[in-house]
Amino acid sequence: MTLSVEISHRLGDFSLEASFESDGGLTALFGPSGSGKTSLVNLIGGLIRPKTGRIVADSRVLVDTKTRTFLPKHKRRIGYVFQDARLFPHLSVSQNLCYGRWFTPSNDRYANMEGVIDLLGIGHLLDRRPAFLSGGEKQRVAIGRALIASPRLILMDEPLASLDEARKAEIMPYIERLRDETKIPIVYVSHSIAEVARLATDVVMLSAGRVTAAGPTAQVMQRIDLLPAEERGEGGAVLDMSIAAQDERYGMTVLRSSAGEMRVPRLASEIGRTVRIRIRARDVIVATSEPRGISALNILAGKVEAVKFDDGAGADIGIDCGGQKIIARITRQSVESLGLSKGQSVFAIVKTVSFETAT
Amino acid sequence: MEWLRLSPEEWTAVQLSIKVATWAMVASLPPGIVIAMLLARGRFWGKSVLNGIVHLPLILPPVVTGYLLLLTFGRRGPVGAFLAENFGIVFAFRWTGAALACGIMGFPLMVRAIRLSIEAVDRKLEAAAGTLGASPTWVFATITLPLILPGIIAGMILSFAKAMGEFGATITFVSNIPGETQTLPSAIYTFTQVPGGDAGAMRLTLVSIVIAMGALVASEMLARRVGRRMDVE
Repeated sequence: MTLSVEISHRLGDFSLEASFESDGGLTALFGPSGSGKTSLVNLIGGLIRPKTGRIVADSRVLVDTKTRTFLPKHKRRIGYVFQDARLFPHLSVSQNLCYGRWFTPSNDRYANMEGVIDLLGIGHLLDRRPAFLSGGEKQRVAIGRALIASPRLILMDEPLASLDEARKAEIMPYIERLRDETKIPIVYVSHSIAEVARLATDVVMLSAGRVTAAGPTAQVMQRIDLLPAEERGEGGAVLDMSIAAQDERYGMTVLRSSAGEMRVPRLASEIGRTVRIRIRARDVIVATSEPRGISALNILAGKVEAVKFDDGAGADIGIDCGGQKIIARITRQSVESLGLSKGQSVFAIVKTVSFETAT
Repeated sequence: MEWLRLSPEEWTAVQLSIKVATWAMVASLPPGIVIAMLLARGRFWGKSVLNGIVHLPLILPPVVTGYLLLLTFGRRGPVGAFLAENFGIVFAFRWTGAALACGIMGFPLMVRAIRLSIEAVDRKLEAAAGTLGASPTWVFATITLPLILPGIIAGMILSFAKAMGEFGATITFVSNIPGETQTLPSAIYTFTQVPGGDAGAMRLTLVSIVIAMGALVASEMLARRVGRRMDVE
């Protein structure tokens, strides 16, 4: 499944001009609020018409203003999970789930209802009315409802934004399973780095209606300079590492990749599995000689690849550690007193590692 | 309690009233939903004119409405003559005319109740149904219609109640013919105009009260059942 979008749209003072392509997996549309993410998925889903542009999913033209093609939303077979669930209040959970199936031509029905109910863990809710569900349950039912309609593509517009942290943690694993166990491509709108780093295979970064970066998650996430100001502190490197060993004595897990070894508090996962970790740039200290007598366990050797000063007192140092890139955010003063320059050998001391997935 | 027993003529008036009110309510429902939909959702030239025409019977003296009906739907009226010649439908001085007058008098009330409930429907739910593959017609049938059901019930009750009490337009349009166009209010009016009619007027008044209370209770029960089914968040 490939999705190709090339659109120019105008809404009052706001203009959206975006083009990107996606080859399946989970593509995150990432950017601050007001950057045009939701308009973009509404255009894909057929909720609004673009002024000019073309959207093609597989070889099906959804919109083409040149040939005056516009496929109405009910013929697109694109599942849409809204931020506010939008369950039908007059129908029970199971009726909500079956709603889309009813309108799907029988030879296009691939969704297995029991499978979806299992995947989302909503079997015990079937007889209830939406009014008696918690926010997290509603959102899971909404995802199920979109899936059971056997969509060719799923759009998710900030499905976690209205939930608290506990509920988010409850739903994220289901979205991961959806991404890994079904082959349906997902376009996922978010303004949260944590969500994007954990879930996305590809990222399209948007700002003020323009695409500022697009590509695989690990690559795009390094562009701290492109992040919205309020999320800049969350920016950093995203690394895929495999579990090399479990250290029973200290309750630690050893991760390995081309960048080297990292020791982290024990992960309940099998040896050999890949985990995605995120290292915030502000959690990385740079040393020019190998530090001794330090409590930090994770010290990676590498070479300075880039030094990028920002408008203020800070700088982002890109460090190439055996082919994987780590970013450190330090002050301009430190850059000068250490005399950092491109190609120099340094050590990156990682204070904290956040885990995004255990896939 | 002998005086409570209805005479055959009075019984006829009661039955006729119920028949007229039921027909008025049922026949005005489909156009009521269509017009309410147009007024709530439509964007077209002349919307405020349509809104004015729909509300006219509420503001005009009923006698004026009745007279206008007589001019248009009477045997020599343009519409009345056309219908009589081509379809054999006659309104003037028939119970059908009474139903027409009652329906038109209750129409603004019905449209208003339905329109308000349509405006209260969350259109995002309809968009969601669309993304699940439902065409606009199916969205209306499976989402909009069930969600506005309480408003439709309220509109039907209001229309029925208005029809049961309608007097001015009916008597002007189709007169007061026992057995054909003499509804409860006209019958009560007739009783009050003749000496010794007090007992009859009182009996029919009691009947009116019972029917009105019955309709009200039935509508409350229906609305509560629908409301419980809904549990709108």
